[in-house]
Amino acid sequence: MTVPLHIGFIPLVDAAALIVAVDKGFTAAEGLDVTLVREVSWSNVRDKLNIGLFDAAHLLAPVAIASSLGLGHVKVPIAAPFNLGLNGNAITVSRALHAAIMAEIDGDRFDPMATATALSRVVAKRRKSGAEPLTFGMTFPFSTHNYQLRFWMAAGGVDPDDDVRLVVLPPPYMVDSLASGHVDAFCVGAPWNSIAVDHGVGHILHFVSDILVRAAEKVLAVRQNWSEKNPEVVAALIRAASRAAEFIEQPENRGEAARILSAAERIGVDADVIQRTLDGRLKISPDGTMRESSRYLLVGREDAARPDPVQAAWLYAQMVRWGQASFSPEALKTAKHVFRPDLYDAALGHAARPAETPDTIGAFAGPAFDADDIGGHLAAFKIGRPKS
Amino acid sequence: MGTEASPKIVIVDESPIRAAILEEGLREAGFTGVVHISEMQSLLARIYALDPDVILIDLENPSRDVLEQMFQVSRAVRRPVAMFVDQSDAASIQASVDAGVSAYIVDGLKKERIKPILDLCISRFNAFAKLQDELDRTKSALEDRKVIDRAKGILMKLKGLTEEEAYVLLRSTAMREKKKIGEIAQSILTASELLK
Repeated sequence: MTVPLHIGFIPLVDAAALIVAVDKGFTAAEGLDVTLVREVSWSNVRDKLNIGLFDAAHLLAPVAIASSLGLGHVKVPIAAPFNLGLNGNAITVSRALHAAIMAEIDGDRFDPMATATALSRVVAKRRKSGAEPLTFGMTFPFSTHNYQLRFWMAAGGVDPDDDVRLVVLPPPYMVDSLASGHVDAFCVGAPWNSIAVDHGVGHILHFVSDILVRAAEKVLAVRQNWSEKNPEVVAALIRAASRAAEFIEQPENRGEAARILSAAERIGVDADVIQRTLDGRLKISPDGTMRESSRYLLVGREDAARPDPVQAAWLYAQMVRWGQASFSPEALKTAKHVFRPDLYDAALGHAARPAETPDTIGAFAGPAFDADDIGGHLAAFKIGRPKS
Repeated sequence: MGTEASPKIVIVDESPIRAAILEEGLREAGFTGVVHISEMQSLLARIYALDPDVILIDLENPSRDVLEQMFQVSRAVRRPVAMFVDQSDAASIQASVDAGVSAYIVDGLKKERIKPILDLCISRFNAFAKLQDELDRTKSALEDRKVIDRAKGILMKLKGLTEEEAYVLLRSTAMREKKKIGEIAQSILTASELLK
């Protein structure tokens, strides 16, 4: 018997494990008849998952947490039994802002502390000259992009709420907005950074892996009560996605994976651009400069697919730092429980591992992350606006 | 604005026809304060300036995510909430998602005042979808007729048939193969292209 499922996704490269699982027939082999539904906004994905039009979804990890906590929206507990990717975002700046930062930089241009400090000098100069504050685009209030931009600039002394403007922009509008000067920079996933560079309108300033060594990005999300009622279906989904992640991580399969993802009804951009992301070899400047990183986007390797509650705790800590949530031990527990390594291990027949709480984040600034002392951890950061 | 006055409604829609259909419906129903925004750049700034009670946006519009930022604004603006926050009316939410429209409503506006606006929205969105569907069908029927005419021409020339005989041949082939006449005609065109 096959189980019909509707799964929503946003056309981004980090939906790779989900799309490949379906289009390579891995879900069918597990007895699942999956219809992938391409969506245009995270709000749509969230709402359609919440009201049951979708059985599962490619979802921003922080949206899964916000939904479970009822932040800014209706409270629907979400379970994330599979992590679709670690890292994968980049910060792209306009040619003008790039020149301004490079003129101020004191240190290595790939060192986020050096660029953030240079940014703070650019911001100060602009304020002195009466120029408009710089505008940074990101994808959603509850997004990794929002937190990554904030974490980076605040480390250099730039207050993301007072010194610059942060605005939500749908990813397909990012490149045009940078070209038109509507924004000066953005943080977004692939392929949009590469497209901005290819169009000659921006420079990739940072891979997010410069800022955080491991950052949970998108998860495969299901409603918690649905997952409790359909444990076999969830396990089958995990196995299919895991097989796809392993497939994608084999370098000899990257070409085929990129072709599958490039289809018009999937991501709909050139396979070549997608493969650069999967390979972690990106053109970072309109002059053709390439940069390679083994940590650009992790789909399954280095245990990337196993949901890590420490990552969920870190995302919740960012919500607290920036005033989206107030801190409570119960909310922290709820947030951590969204990420479900137990379901992942059980589906794949792995032995359960003891709970561990080392810092798996590896942020470039601040003390090591301590999921058991979020208050103490946040106190180490000067800039922030936690709710009292 | 007093809560008893006609609520100020903003329609965010890149389709001018659908927005016009919706706007007209709302006006007919007595909602006079309706503004249509079709330009997505600086969408939030415009919405703040207009300070609406209700914002309607189609679900095909990626700028829905931009509206979500309204919940985050810390300065003193009236905070709208998404329609989906109130799950007590599941049928209405389902109907609006099916129709492809979503609403953001300023906190505190009474539910019984929202309902008629939403219902009207849903019915107008559905009417527009039906219209679009009919238009697409008419277009494809016209397209079919052109293809059939050209296929008839080819048959007449190659097989020395009259126009009527050519049509009968097309129709009987279509019936035998359980296909549409348009499809048979298209394959004749494709074949004749290949054999050129």
